[in-house]
Amino acid sequence: MKLIRTHVMVCCGTGCTSSESPKIADAFETELKRAELQDEVKVVRTGCFGLCAAGPIVMIFPDGACYSRVTAADVPEIVREHLVKGRIVDRLLHLEGDEGSTATSLSDTQFYKHQTRIALRNCGVIDPESIDEYIGADGYLALGNIIENHTDPQAIVDAIKTSGLRGRGGAGFSTGMKWQFTKDAQSPDGVKYVCCNADEGDPGAFMDRSVLEGDPFSILEAMTIAAYAVGGTQGYIYVRAEYPIAVKRLQTAIGQAREYGLLGEHILGSDFSFDIELRLGAGAFVCGEETALMTSIEGHRGEPRPRPPFPAVKGLWQRPTLLNNVETYANITWILNHGADQYAAIGTEGSKGTKVFALGGKIVNTGLVEIPMGTTLRTIVEDIGGGVPHGKKFKAAQTGGPSGGCIPAELIDTPIDYDSLTAIGSMMGSGGLIVMDEDNCMVDIAKFFLSFIVDESCGKCTPCRIGTKRLYDLLCKITDGNGTLEDIDTIEELCYHLKESSLCALGQSAPNPVLSTLKYFREEYIAHVVEKRCPAGVCKNLVSYHIIPDKCKGCTLCAKNCPADAITGAIRAPHTIDPNKCIKCGVCLSNCRFDAIAKI
Amino acid sequence: MKSLEELKAIREQMKKQLDVRDQSDNNIRVAVGMATCGIAAGAKPVLTAFLQEVDRRNLRGISVTQTGCIGVCRLEPIVEVYVPGQEKVTYVKVQPEMVPTIVTEHLVNRQVVTKFTIGAAEREEEKA
Repeated sequence: MKLIRTHVMVCCGTGCTSSESPKIADAFETELKRAELQDEVKVVRTGCFGLCAAGPIVMIFPDGACYSRVTAADVPEIVREHLVKGRIVDRLLHLEGDEGSTATSLSDTQFYKHQTRIALRNCGVIDPESIDEYIGADGYLALGNIIENHTDPQAIVDAIKTSGLRGRGGAGFSTGMKWQFTKDAQSPDGVKYVCCNADEGDPGAFMDRSVLEGDPFSILEAMTIAAYAVGGTQGYIYVRAEYPIAVKRLQTAIGQAREYGLLGEHILGSDFSFDIELRLGAGAFVCGEETALMTSIEGHRGEPRPRPPFPAVKGLWQRPTLLNNVETYANITWILNHGADQYAAIGTEGSKGTKVFALGGKIVNTGLVEIPMGTTLRTIVEDIGGGVPHGKKFKAAQTGGPSGGCIPAELIDTPIDYDSLTAIGSMMGSGGLIVMDEDNCMVDIAKFFLSFIVDESCGKCTPCRIGTKRLYDLLCKITDGNGTLEDIDTIEELCYHLKESSLCALGQSAPNPVLSTLKYFREEYIAHVVEKRCPAGVCKNLVSYHIIPDKCKGCTLCAKNCPADAITGAIRAPHTIDPNKCIKCGVCLSNCRFDAIAKI
Repeated sequence: MKSLEELKAIREQMKKQLDVRDQSDNNIRVAVGMATCGIAAGAKPVLTAFLQEVDRRNLRGISVTQTGCIGVCRLEPIVEVYVPGQEKVTYVKVQPEMVPTIVTEHLVNRQVVTKFTIGAAEREEEKA
């Protein structure tokens, strides 16, 4: 008989899978068999713990030991020492930050201490491919109670309104109001749709992916409750085809839910029927925009259309449609199980609850974090994120991806909530948070996001199709060193027109990265234009490499490594760089042992 | 599944399994010494006995785990019981047939089984 005393949780999210965590899980199973522990120790393939930079992550319960950067070769030692003899393998324990302190329990770490996990409550806690484990973690309790008690749909909508939940896709519209509009809308034939936007496309954002991979059932349950509340009859999840693990787990989850009678005809033996299908997005950023997403579900080319009519009134196939983001749905069952008031007690006046962020860029703990609204950027970057690596200085953080803006170092104490971020010219966005240090050129950053938009503009409306391209050309002119001060004025004017006249949010928000960098880092733009200098040393046309004769020992290392043969000089005599041949690759700088090469 | 009752039945059954992952400090922890000395003295059947007894009695909030050698190898198999808010209790020379008593008296009724503890064993040794 199986009497499981220990669970080995192996993260099988996308991050850890890319460093071969499935092989680790297999190795555990083989080794446990060898040690005859297969009936006492269970291997669970789970979702994301959030510590993606330190992956693959293995957690062992009930001890709560967290091992990081585990390889399949480490597995026999963990089994022999920890699982057989009860001795924790110290050398593999998760090291936090640069201090090198070890914490045996994950909840003790700086990374988790400041977090409140609601949307991510089951990520890394349950097996996302087992409906039983989801039910064991209070899953389907909310839906079960609603159906058993014949709860009034309006009461559910009211609870969501009371909770103060706002759309987590970025725009921050009241979720309760959206449900109310869809509930009140009349459908000519009684058909209403409930959709989930899982077309997460911001560069550096992976919040929705992690929820889908770690807790797919919570999305299915929330959509089913939403359908009950607004009168929905059919659901669609629009998910990117580039998320193969998320797609596979959703398919598994839908299959298991149907088998249990929690999806399909007569849910839990009641008169209420609702089913969900997947629709795979082909990777167009614009399909994250709600009208384009619905056009794509209908089978047409993914292009936006003017609003109104809003989806709540006329959405999919002209029927009332409720469309929420993955993370929004991930909060629903928690609100219903714990009470709307308890949810509303978390966060700030205008922004309730928590927000998940994907931390990336120049930060020690790259990964996934969930914080109560109103937490300051400083807490996220310095405490949870572990600060900027290599002793560099924090310069700015970009929120909201290509639709958002940057928050400069002087505003690091800004509380993170919808209204505070909008007030300083950025936006909440879907939750990508990219940290930049002194080596990042802000003009170059604006150019990067704009190049993304140029690629992703669907081309339906002229301002976005031509305007973003012209804006990009102007930024290139500046980073190439050919810009004039008039160009900066033209950029600002063009930004205004783009914002005012684009058809959808993609074009309307495209100027945000440019405007916010201009607002907080105007002197960097001026330096590029007037002094023909890139202060961060990024823009190739504006930097040059020089050898400092006093420091150069004539070791010839730079000359040997230069791919352009631009460095000449005799052995043991100072060398020189020929600026006409130099391709500014920086190889000489990284190879010099005497700090004799200067980048100006 | 046709009713909330069926759902709740699965929930209860699964909750017991998921208890292993509960990191709250309210859990009682039973640690069986499983270093070489412990295994040689017969710790494995003791560990199994604890797991069976906890399962048989349907007890919740108890985690049974293995631990290393604490240094008194002559008294193995050693079992340490941590009840939240109380001092750790160390049972020595534990045999599988002693396990039901420890579970009933200590884990359920919170009465330390003094005769099995390290203190009692040491007094015995002094007498001898």
